[in-house]
Amino acid sequence: MRLTFGTRPSIRRRLTLQLLTSAAVLAVVLFLIVSGFARQIGAESQDRILSASVASILDAVSVASGDVTVDIPYSAFTMLDNANDDRVFYRILQDGAVLTGYDDLPETTPGFATLPYRNETLRVVTATRRLSVDGAPIEIAVTVGQTRDAQAETLQRISRMAVYLGLGFFAASAVLAVLAGQVTAGSLRRLAGSVSRRGPQDLRPVEAEMPSEMQPLVRSLNSLIGRLSTALNRTEDFIAEAAHRVRTPLATVRAHAENTLRRVDKEENRRSLREMIRAIDESSRAAGQLLDHAMVALRADQLELEPADLNALTGELVDRLRPVAELKDMEIRFAQGQTGPVMGDAILIQNAVRNLLDNAIKYAPPETRIEVSISQDGAFARLMIRDQGIGFPQADATPLTGRFARGDNASGVVGSGLGLTIADEVARAHDGHLEMHNNEGGPGACVTLSFPLR
Amino acid sequence: MSQDQHLNLTLTCHAKPGEGPGAMRFLLVEDNAQLAAAVLDRLAHDGHVVDHAADLETAGDFVATTDYDLILLDIMLPDGDGRSFLNAQRARGATTPVIVLTARSEVSDRVGALDMGADDYISKPFDFAELEARCRAVLRRRAGTATNRIRFGNAAFDPLAGTLTVEGRAITLRNRELRLLEVFFAAPGQIIPKPKLVDRLFSYDEDVSENAIEVYVGRLRRHLEGSEVSIVTVRGLGYRLAVP
Repeated sequence: MRLTFGTRPSIRRRLTLQLLTSAAVLAVVLFLIVSGFARQIGAESQDRILSASVASILDAVSVASGDVTVDIPYSAFTMLDNANDDRVFYRILQDGAVLTGYDDLPETTPGFATLPYRNETLRVVTATRRLSVDGAPIEIAVTVGQTRDAQAETLQRISRMAVYLGLGFFAASAVLAVLAGQVTAGSLRRLAGSVSRRGPQDLRPVEAEMPSEMQPLVRSLNSLIGRLSTALNRTEDFIAEAAHRVRTPLATVRAHAENTLRRVDKEENRRSLREMIRAIDESSRAAGQLLDHAMVALRADQLELEPADLNALTGELVDRLRPVAELKDMEIRFAQGQTGPVMGDAILIQNAVRNLLDNAIKYAPPETRIEVSISQDGAFARLMIRDQGIGFPQADATPLTGRFARGDNASGVVGSGLGLTIADEVARAHDGHLEMHNNEGGPGACVTLSFPLR
Repeated sequence: MSQDQHLNLTLTCHAKPGEGPGAMRFLLVEDNAQLAAAVLDRLAHDGHVVDHAADLETAGDFVATTDYDLILLDIMLPDGDGRSFLNAQRARGATTPVIVLTARSEVSDRVGALDMGADDYISKPFDFAELEARCRAVLRRRAGTATNRIRFGNAAFDPLAGTLTVEGRAITLRNRELRLLEVFFAAPGQIIPKPKLVDRLFSYDEDVSENAIEVYVGRLRRHLEGSEVSIVTVRGLGYRLAVP
């Protein structure tokens, strides 16, 4: 199973996205709060100054000998000065009649109001004061209004600041979000790394430092590794034990049968004994090869790649098989070759070569020669076994690598039909290959095993 | 006493009762009684002297008191792993050649046995011919120049080296010639039936006629030309080695 990013959810991406979304929302909220607050402060301060201005004008209203006089203090307008030259409008009413000021200002009631006036927006404050003129009460109403250019500009400035602030906040949050995503995914990656970096036969528990949230995962992973390791060991022990249980009694029967054959003279008894021995050989070879095959499959599944010297392991094997070949007066010639180490499991490789050599010894007639040679072919080390035997029955020998497949011409020779299967599986497990064909212009088979160099 | 001297001594000590020419002293360490019995039977039949130990402790007692030419060692024994015994033997400097008998998968056991100093190993069930061939190969490697000759007149046969010397002229025999000559030289004057020779020379999965033996007898006769020894055909019965 392969995880492809983009089609499967990624924890890092999801976490980063979530953090970025909340950062964006927070940035907008921050902007709204800051600009709203600025607007409110601006409005409040303008209102306060307008109120003060109105109050100072009202203060200046006096009654002298029955006349109402308003001596507008200078400060009433200078206090409203600002850099933007916001224009100021005022009106003083006596009982609803304009006493002085701009008489086209809209009607107002006491208090604050925002009004359109001369294509501008005006903030106005109106306040009243009751006076008594010759015993009659009169009401003076003062309205002062001011355009809001300065406030608008301040607001704009503050809003710009708020935008920068929001963007800055978002940027900082984004960086933190990506970091948080990486840290979270990082511990997962570290865990994955500490599992995948190890060799296939390394079944020790994971001991990397992990955040507490990941401890349950690590615990279940370790428990799985533990069970796997137990199962593998049990399988290996089982195969070894099965081999022992099967081979020992067969060895006993075979040895006794051979001894008996030596003592028996009657031809038909001898024939039966020979048949018995053949059958024992057949079953022991089948059992042995089946168990070998199981062991090869087990080892190939958890292939431990180590540099292996093909020359050395083949030489050792040839030396070991020489006494068996000599029983048929066969000669094994071994020519070492210039090649670097191959990456693989030496035991598996040797088993593959052994099966091929066994075949050559079994199927070739006595007093023939088996030539084993090693060479380098590009990025592959090549081991070639050439015999002078019966060869393969057809040009394409590939079907013989199937389990229990045997050539049509192989009857009469004890075999299990697993030798080539094992050799082929070992080659495949190492990304190498097994090639089989008949010798050109002569009898015999030529089998080549190739393994990639390190 | 060095290994070579010892071998030389044992191999040439033909006069010992119960020991024929080429007789050797074996120790078989094997816990399966029936298998052990069969191997003992075979080796004794071939004229060798064999001690049998069913466990490592007994084997230890044997090697402490007797010098063996060869130890046949099983791996799975009731009181331990044969390889640890082997390891201990090598650690204390014993150089007696050891052939490990293994019933386990080649795929898992191979390295262990050879790394621990075994001279060779053989998988059960084994062919006695293969066991003999392996013993011969191990002893030949170990013996160096030690000679083990059986001499009749001007013909001398060294089964370990595989040479036949007639009037000082040495011939290197092929394996089947060697095994055939071994049968004749072990029983001079006796009639040996063809079927017995067929059993000795050919494996059980080879379909051979008794006439196939004639080819090899013919070759031996050529090798023996000029010697005082000859292989005589006893019509209808087999062959006999005629010695001076």
